[in-house]
Order: sequence, then structure tokens, then C-alpha cells
Amino acid sequence: MTASTSPSSPRSAELVATRLRQASRLNRLGRWLIILPPLVFLVVFFLVPFAFAFKISFAQTAVHIPPFSDLLSHSRDGVVGLSINLGNYAYLFTDDVYAISYLYSIKTAFFSTIACLLLGYPMAYAIARASKANQNILLLIIILPFWTSFLLRVYALEGIIRDGGLLNSALLWLGVIHQPLQIMRTSFAVYLGIVYSYLPFMILPLFATLEKLDNTLLEASADLGSPPWKSFIDVTLPLSMPGIIAGSMLVFIPAIGEFVIPSLLGGPDNLMIGRLLWDEFFNNHDWPVASAVAVAILVLLAGPIAIYQHYNVRELEQ
Amino acid sequence: MKLPAVSFSLTMLLIGIAFLYIPMLVLIGYSFNASPLVSLWGGFSVKWYASLLHNRQILDAALLSFEIALVASTGAVLLGLLAATALVRFRHFRGRLLLTGMINAPLVMPEIITGITQLLLFVSMAQLIGWPHRGLTTIILSHIVFCGAYAAVTIQSRLIAVDRSLEEAARDLGATPFRAFWDVTLPIIMPALASSWLLSFTLSLDDVVISSFVSGPSASTLPMVIYSKVKLGVSPEINALATLIIAAVGTCVVVAGYTMRRAERERERDLQMAARAST
Repeated sequence: MTASTSPSSPRSAELVATRLRQASRLNRLGRWLIILPPLVFLVVFFLVPFAFAFKISFAQTAVHIPPFSDLLSHSRDGVVGLSINLGNYAYLFTDDVYAISYLYSIKTAFFSTIACLLLGYPMAYAIARASKANQNILLLIIILPFWTSFLLRVYALEGIIRDGGLLNSALLWLGVIHQPLQIMRTSFAVYLGIVYSYLPFMILPLFATLEKLDNTLLEASADLGSPPWKSFIDVTLPLSMPGIIAGSMLVFIPAIGEFVIPSLLGGPDNLMIGRLLWDEFFNNHDWPVASAVAVAILVLLAGPIAIYQHYNVRELEQ
Repeated sequence: MKLPAVSFSLTMLLIGIAFLYIPMLVLIGYSFNASPLVSLWGGFSVKWYASLLHNRQILDAALLSFEIALVASTGAVLLGLLAATALVRFRHFRGRLLLTGMINAPLVMPEIITGITQLLLFVSMAQLIGWPHRGLTTIILSHIVFCGAYAAVTIQSRLIAVDRSLEEAARDLGATPFRAFWDVTLPIIMPALASSWLLSFTLSLDDVVISSFVSGPSASTLPMVIYSKVKLGVSPEINALATLIIAAVGTCVVVAGYTMRRAERERERDLQMAARAST
């Protein structure tokens, strides 16, 4: 090695400093090349759309394309006029059907979430207690339906519960019932559809927390004379709370706005708010009212989404 | 003492799995029913598969959906990889919380909300700048958003587990940050990239609500055609189509899962051997 490359020489120290500065500038540039594309793409195509929906919910229905009025009007002498129409929101309050379907959606999503939890918790518990090799297979079995088509699964369920479907045929043949049960086009069918479709979303976060559970805590609880059911309530249940919350949010939030399930399995009485939005949009071509319904759903979901986000951020920081 | 709880949860597990699978198995059975009536077994037949092959509407829609899914899932993996890298590698930057929110929110946001808001954006954009035209482009853009969210979360959880010292070793040996990431980290997270591509592909191929909103009158994707047929009642051709889709997805997932686990095991063995060799 020659003296000129030794770090003690002032010239090379300067060179190294310049190089480092260049490198850090390049690094900073590289950072933003990675951060900006997804950030900008999602802001434009996920976040900004909500602003447009909010704006159009104050517009008026119009006969031209697109079928809503402009909030801003430019008159010839350069005056900009702003017309805000609160009529769409007022309309949501005057027609009972909105309040009824709003409440019906909350009720349906709530009880389906409870049903998912009651079925999903023991399933997740059993998987978490299985051996490592079996765990992987069981998880694959749970995830596989989620990979196959959601739409086709709802359709498959219809094949079971329809009036002449397998369930009724089997029950009639067994002599349990003498008349076919009316399951299709009832609230029960909608509950069943939601539990059927969203069950994997409940099980996976539950499994994730139950798997991490420290068994020594349970043993300690047993050593101290606690019966298994009490250990479960005092130890397992509180520790699996993050999974319960995450799973419940993953079911409750999308279920509120569910359209396909009530539309295919429910009857005319099972008006969920998502179905109403769809009808307002596709059948009545009333885009401003549909936007107002969307805003109303978002107001309802803001709390649960905040809880879900909070949980997610906390999970990642750990 | 522990037995009752375990056997209860095991029973529930079996019931739950039966609940998840019986409808699909019955659907597969119906697809081979010669009788078009669901309540009647008319003998074994593959005629619905044959008539499926002659249904132009379904074939055209399937082609369109495949095209959309190919582009959308590739875009989604790119988006997801960048977002995950940003979130895992850079702890502090402006917009970090925003980015976290935007990759988690699409996972739970009701599709009907995403659909209508995105449509309103596209319509307003088309008015202002004359782009995008409703159809293929808008469906792909929408699908990249929600599939990208799934991809980002999948890749993120994998990337967190990657040992940074491997990349640092490559950097010490003179590799540029990009080169080190490309040669060292990318192969390690490849299974996550592959599975998120596959997941994005099936999610895109399945979406009916968002596509219905943003597609406009011109394009009808496969799920849109299926939905309109199913809405009218049971269709034997849809049974056949459903069987084909379930079989294809099932095979892909099982084969991919098996290959990935084998690759994973080989990698772990290599790492162990390398560790042993270095000590």
C-alpha cells in the first residue's frame, strides 16, 4: 500500500468525505425512488377518490354525462359561483328505507362477526395446539377457500340452502322435517353467507396470536390450582385479545358494505346499505345520492377502521 | 384434565372445515349432473363442460379477465414490493403513517365504497385531462390498488424476517445497495413475491363489485358475467366453470405451497451448512 491511500493523509480523507456525501445523496435519492411511486399511486387512486365522492355527494343529479352537476360555476364576467346541495343528505333522512337498511347492516355485520368468532376461535385454538407439520396443512385447508372465488363460493352455498337444495333434501329424506325449510331469501341465509365467506379472515389473526401464546403461563395458572376453564378465561382469552379484535374488524368492516351476499342469498327484505347504494347507482342512476350513501357508510366505518389501523401499526412496531 | 377443551376445539375444527368444503364439493358434483335441475340426479355427464366451450360470452369474458389479472397482479407485486421495502427498510420518512394506512385500508374497505369512489375519480379525471377511458385501463388501475395492498402486506411480513447482515455482507464486498438487494434479499423473499402474485391474480379474477363500477358499459369481465347468470338462478354451465376454476386454483396453491416449502427447507439447510463451514 502506498502512502497516498492511507487514511491519515489529509487529501484522501477529503476524498472519502466527498464520496460519502455523494453516496448519502444517492441513498436519499434512492430512498425516495422507492417510497414515492407507491405513495403517489395510492394517494391518487385510493385516497383522492374519497374526496371526489365527498364533493359529488353535494352535487345535483343532472341529465348529462356524467350525471351530476358541477359545484363550481363560472359565469361570463368571471364570477365563480359555488352551489352546494345538501338535499342528498336530507333525502337520506326523509326516506325511512335508508335508516332501516343502515341499522339492518349494523345488526347483520355485528351478529355475523359474533358467529364467526364463536366458530373461528375454537378452530384457531385447535390449529394452534396441533403439531407444526399438521399446522401447515390445516392452515392451507383454511386458506384454500379464500383463494378460490368468493363469488363462486356464495353460489356454492346457494346450492346447499336453496329450497330444493341438498340440505332440505337431506332433512326431508331423514324425516327431520316434512316441509322444505325456507332458508334462501331470509336473514339467516345472509348470516350464513357472511360467516361462510369471511371465516378464514377470522381464523388467521386468531391463530397468529394463539400460536405465540406462552404455554408456561397456562402451566403456572394450572400449578396455582386454577381449573382449565378458568385458566382459559384469565390467561388465554385476554392474551388473544389482539387477534380477536383484528379478526372481528376484518369481518365486521367489509360485512357492513357487503353487496354480493345479500343480493344473491337475501330476499327483498334483507336490504343492506351496500345493496341500496348499488341500486341507487345502477338502477336509479342517481350518482349524488349514491355518493351520499357512500359517505354515510364511511362515517359509520371510521371508528372500526381506526381501531383496525391502530392494531396493525402496533403489531408492526413490536 | 386438558382433554375436554382440546376435543371440543377439534370437533369445532372438523365442523368448520366441513362447513367450508361441503358446498364446494356439492357444486363439483352438480357440474357432472346430466339433468339441468339441481334437485334431480340425471346420471353422470360432461355435457355442461362441452357447452361451456361453445359459450362465446363466457369465453370472451374469461379472456378479458385473464388479460386484466395478468397486468394487474404484476403491477400489484411491483407496488407491494416498493411499499413493503419502504416501510420495512426506512423507519422514518414523511408519509410513513399515510402509506401504512393506505396499504391496510383497502384490505377491509367494503368493495362497494372503493368501487364507487374510484369510478367518481376516473370520471372526473376523464373530464379534466381526457384520461382514463372507462374499461380495461380503469379496471386494471383499481385492481392494482386492492391487490397491491394484499401484496404489500404479504411481502412486508416476509421482508421483516430477512436477516439484514446478509445484505450488509454483500455491501462490504462492494455491491451497490440495489445490487445487494437484487442478488441477496430478492431471492429470499421470492416465495412471498410468487404467492402475492398468485393471490393478486385470483383476487383480480374474482372481483365483481369494483369492476362493475369502474368498467363502464363496454367491458364485461368473467365475474360480471357469472354474477348476472347466477342472479337469474342455478346454471349448470356455471357449475362446470366453477369446478374448473376451483380445480385450477386448488392445484396451483397446493403445488406452489409444496414447491415453496421444499425450496425453503433447502435454503435453511444451505444456511446451516454455511454456518457450520464458517465456524
